[in-house]
Parts: sequence; C-alpha cells; structure tokens
Amino acid sequence: MSTQLTQDEVLKVASLSRLKLSEKEVTALGEQMGSVLKYIAMLDELDTSDIEPMAHAIEISNVFRDDQLQESLPRDQALSNAPQTDGNYFLVPAIL
Amino acid sequence: MSITSATASELLAKMNAGEVSSEEITAACLAEIARRDESINAFLSLQGETALQTAREVDRKRKAGEPLGKLAGIPVALKDNICATGTTTTCASRMLEAFTPPYDAHIVERLRAADAVLIGKTNLDEFAMGSSTENSAFKITANPWNTKCAAGGSSGGSAAAVSAGFAPLALGSDTGGSIRQPASFCGVVGLKPTYGRVSRYGLVAFASSLDQIGPFARDITDAALLLETIAGKDQRDTTSLDAAVPRYTENLEQPLKNLKVGYIEHLHEEGLHEDVQKATQQALDVYQSLGAELIPVELPHARYCVATYYIIAPSEASSNLARYDGVHYGYRAKQFDNMIDMYAASRGEAFGDEVKRRIMLGTYALSSGYYDAYYLKALKVRRLIRNDFEQAFQKVDIIASPVTPTPAFEIGELTDDPLAMYLADIFTTSANLSGIPGVSVPAGMSQNKLPIGLQLLAPPLEEERLLRAARMFERETDWHLKRPE
Repeated sequence: MSTQLTQDEVLKVASLSRLKLSEKEVTALGEQMGSVLKYIAMLDELDTSDIEPMAHAIEISNVFRDDQLQESLPRDQALSNAPQTDGNYFLVPAIL
Repeated sequence: MSITSATASELLAKMNAGEVSSEEITAACLAEIARRDESINAFLSLQGETALQTAREVDRKRKAGEPLGKLAGIPVALKDNICATGTTTTCASRMLEAFTPPYDAHIVERLRAADAVLIGKTNLDEFAMGSSTENSAFKITANPWNTKCAAGGSSGGSAAAVSAGFAPLALGSDTGGSIRQPASFCGVVGLKPTYGRVSRYGLVAFASSLDQIGPFARDITDAALLLETIAGKDQRDTTSLDAAVPRYTENLEQPLKNLKVGYIEHLHEEGLHEDVQKATQQALDVYQSLGAELIPVELPHARYCVATYYIIAPSEASSNLARYDGVHYGYRAKQFDNMIDMYAASRGEAFGDEVKRRIMLGTYALSSGYYDAYYLKALKVRRLIRNDFEQAFQKVDIIASPVTPTPAFEIGELTDDPLAMYLADIFTTSANLSGIPGVSVPAGMSQNKLPIGLQLLAPPLEEERLLRAARMFERETDWHLKRPE
C-alpha cells in the first residue's frame, strides 16, 4: 500500500464527507491519512476469517419501551439554535 | 486543609457540621478560578451567578432540615460536550460556538436532583477528539503541575479543574482514554465506567459504541460517590444497562480478600518511560505487600488496539458528525453556491484539523471498496481484543497497567504528528473497545515533578471491585494527597 493518498483520492473522500478543503489541507491530509493507514495495515497480520464482527461492547438488541404519548420539544425551542428560520420552519437554500 | 484542596466528602462533612456553607465553598472555587484559570484555561464558560444561587438555596434547605441530595452544595464542573440548559454546549468547536441545548443530559438531571452546584463547562479537544486538549478551537488547557505541559485529553479541562482546586468534582467522557489519560497527567482520579453503566443521553456523540461518561475526583471515595449518583438505566439511551447500581461508597473500606492482580509482561517493548515503569512496578509491590497475588496475563492482541480504535472511532464519528449540516443548529457558512455546497462550506469552515482528519479517515474506512478491509476487519479484531480480556479475567480479578507510556508531554510536542499522538492511547483504548471499566489512580511522580497514574481494569459491571481494589492501593500511599504548586 502506498504511504500517501493521491490528491484525487483525498478530494473524493472530502466530497463524500461534505468537507470543503483548502489546497494545503488536501496535501496535508494525503500524507497524514497515508501514515495512519499504513499503521492500521498491521491488522492484516491477523487471520480473522472465522471471527464474528463485534459492533458493540454490550451485545443487546431490540430494546423496547412502552409507546407513551409525551410532549415534544416546543417549536420555538426546536428552532432556537437554527442559523436561519422564519419562526415556523428551518430555512435552507433552494434545493431545486 | 483549605476549601479548594478538600475532597467532596470532606466538604460534605464540614457542611453537615455547620463549619462551612455551600455558598462559601462555591465562592472559594470561583475565587480560585478567577485567580488562576487565566494560566490554566480549564473552563470554557462559568455559571458563577447561578452556581451561587443554587448554593444559597442548598444552604437554606440544609438549615431548614429539608431532605438533601447526595452532593448537596458541592461544586461540579462539566465537560463542555455534556448538555445542560441555561448555557452553551460548544464541544470546543466553532461549529457549536453558539449552541444552547434545550434540554439537560441525563446525568445533569441526576446532578441537579442530587443538589450539586454546577459551576462551569470545561475545555476539551474539539468534539472530544484528541489526547491533549490542544485541539480545542478556543484555548489550550495547561497542566496545573507545569503549565508548559499538556493537561491531557480529551477531558483536559475537567482533569485540570479538579487538580487545580477549581472544583472538587468534574465529569468527563471517555471514548479511548479521555478520562483516564488526563486524570493521570493531572494527578487526579478518573474513572471510565462499563459501557452502558451511565446514560449517554445528552452527551454529544463522538463514537457511540465507545463513548462513556465518568467522574473525576481527588480520591476514590469521591469517584465512587459521583458514580453512584450518575449511574443507572435511562430509557432515552437504549444502550444504558438495566442492572442494579450498587452503593459504591458502602463497602469501599473493606479490602478484597485473596485479590488476584494481573499484570502485563514485556511492557518495556512499548517505549515505556522509565519513571512510568517504576511507578507501575511499585504499585504492584504495594498490592503484593497487602497479600494480593500477582499473576502475569497475556493480552496477545493488545498491540492491535490503537489500529482497531483508529478505524472504529473515526468511522462512527464520520457518521455521527454528519448531523452538522448548518440547518438545525450550528454554524452556517456565509457564502455557498447551492445546498450541497452549503454543507461542505459550513463544515469546512467550522471544523478544526483533527475533526476533519477523523471524518475523512472514517469516511474512507466506510466507503465502497474499503469497508471490508478496514471497518469489518476492525470489528473482528475488536472481538479478539475482548476475548483476550475474558480469558485474562478467568485468572485474575483486576489488571494493573500504566495509563500512558509517558508522563504529561509538553504543549506542542506532538501536534505535528497525529500518529504519535494516537499512540499515546496505547493502554487505554482496549477498555473502550471491550466495554470494560477502568480507573486511573495517582501512583507516582516523575523526576520532572509530573504525576503518574496507575490504570486498573475490571470485568464488565465490576465497578465495585475496581473501586475497592483502587482504594486498597490509595490507603497505602499518599500520591492522591499531593497538590500542584
């Protein structure tokens, strides 16, 4: 594995991550991600073909609670941290 | 004993004896913060006025003989990724600089119900990503023992606040060592509970399968007191465990009989600092002198912990941090071309370098073509790491190890080398990956007069055993009584 990500690889991941990066950041991230990935490659030493993946430390599933009607967050509070609202809705730039 | 160096238990006794009021204690903490936090930078915001109001109300209740909570009148600091109404929760990020949560975290509800005095919000690495608190967008927290050195991280502000005399108790969060490592660097007790022991409701998510809230304190008794206040099932966090919460303070003074302490051989291969190695050995000697049996344990996959962690944690982070889109809350860029560009510009402008690095790493590890090689592989190794502990805990009751390879490093020493910074987490990430509880206990002092911690690990939900074992050590030593300056 090469130790550095190409500029195109970095830009592709940045696009998937919805991150606008400066040229300087793209170069630095290519090197830094490369060195971390190189280190991480040590996991290839291990044969894990028969091992179940462990997604969670405490393997519990299907946690249910009673379906009770509760008050939800008041509209003014829900909107209180938004960058732009009209008092009723979150406002975003035109999508179409 | 001064107010600002006393433990919470000592202060509670003094308040109950009528020797001091909560208002006096709170005022003393605020005065100490005013005097010294300019050079420490532990706090991102202070709630001095409301804290004094709460303190006066607790004093009134105490005088009137009304029922009081477990922490009545005790100042507590909160890491600024824990939501509390009435003030900002910034996560030390430009993204959330102006964010005021409309609700309390579960543990904040518990603290208020316990009549604790919430004094302020502490500094951290942005979104808890880091090991030095240097990744804060706002300030760098200095180590109270030597202000040229890092306080550790990511809960560096909380650790420094307890160490410097700003608050007897604080809360932090630990995803890969973020409570235990700064506790070790600052010479205080820091405990990461079993995954699910404490509700994460209201903790801003970093890596949801690893994150856990836990206490900082000046001794084990206080850590036990704070843990029993915040632990327990909460329906709003489905991963919180429905297991009875023991009264951790109750049996604390009873030593564990026939204790078997596991230790890891060949530690020097990991680039361990001489002073840390010495302190760890001396701690093992203390246990031996108390009649404990020392047993070497094998953790064959320990050397893969950091690699596994730095796939899983960034992967979960990249997903969790997708919510910062500049729509519902958080920063929105001023200039953009369209909706997608608004997301990218807002995130690009408001996130710091380390957060971007982790989002990028996580996105890469989860992306098509790499998922099996990185993320799935890491989840499999995670099981191997946990199996190691399950096997080890068949032979021993607790495992003792260093918390960090070195005492506190200097501010700026590792910032240019992200990988070197990640390797500082070599002893701590395994507890998060396995979900087991761990504590850092003051256990030594380096030649450069910096604190050294001892890490103790126990099987899931064995916090009581962990605390009692830690208390056995603490009773025999005076490291926890040392204060900076």
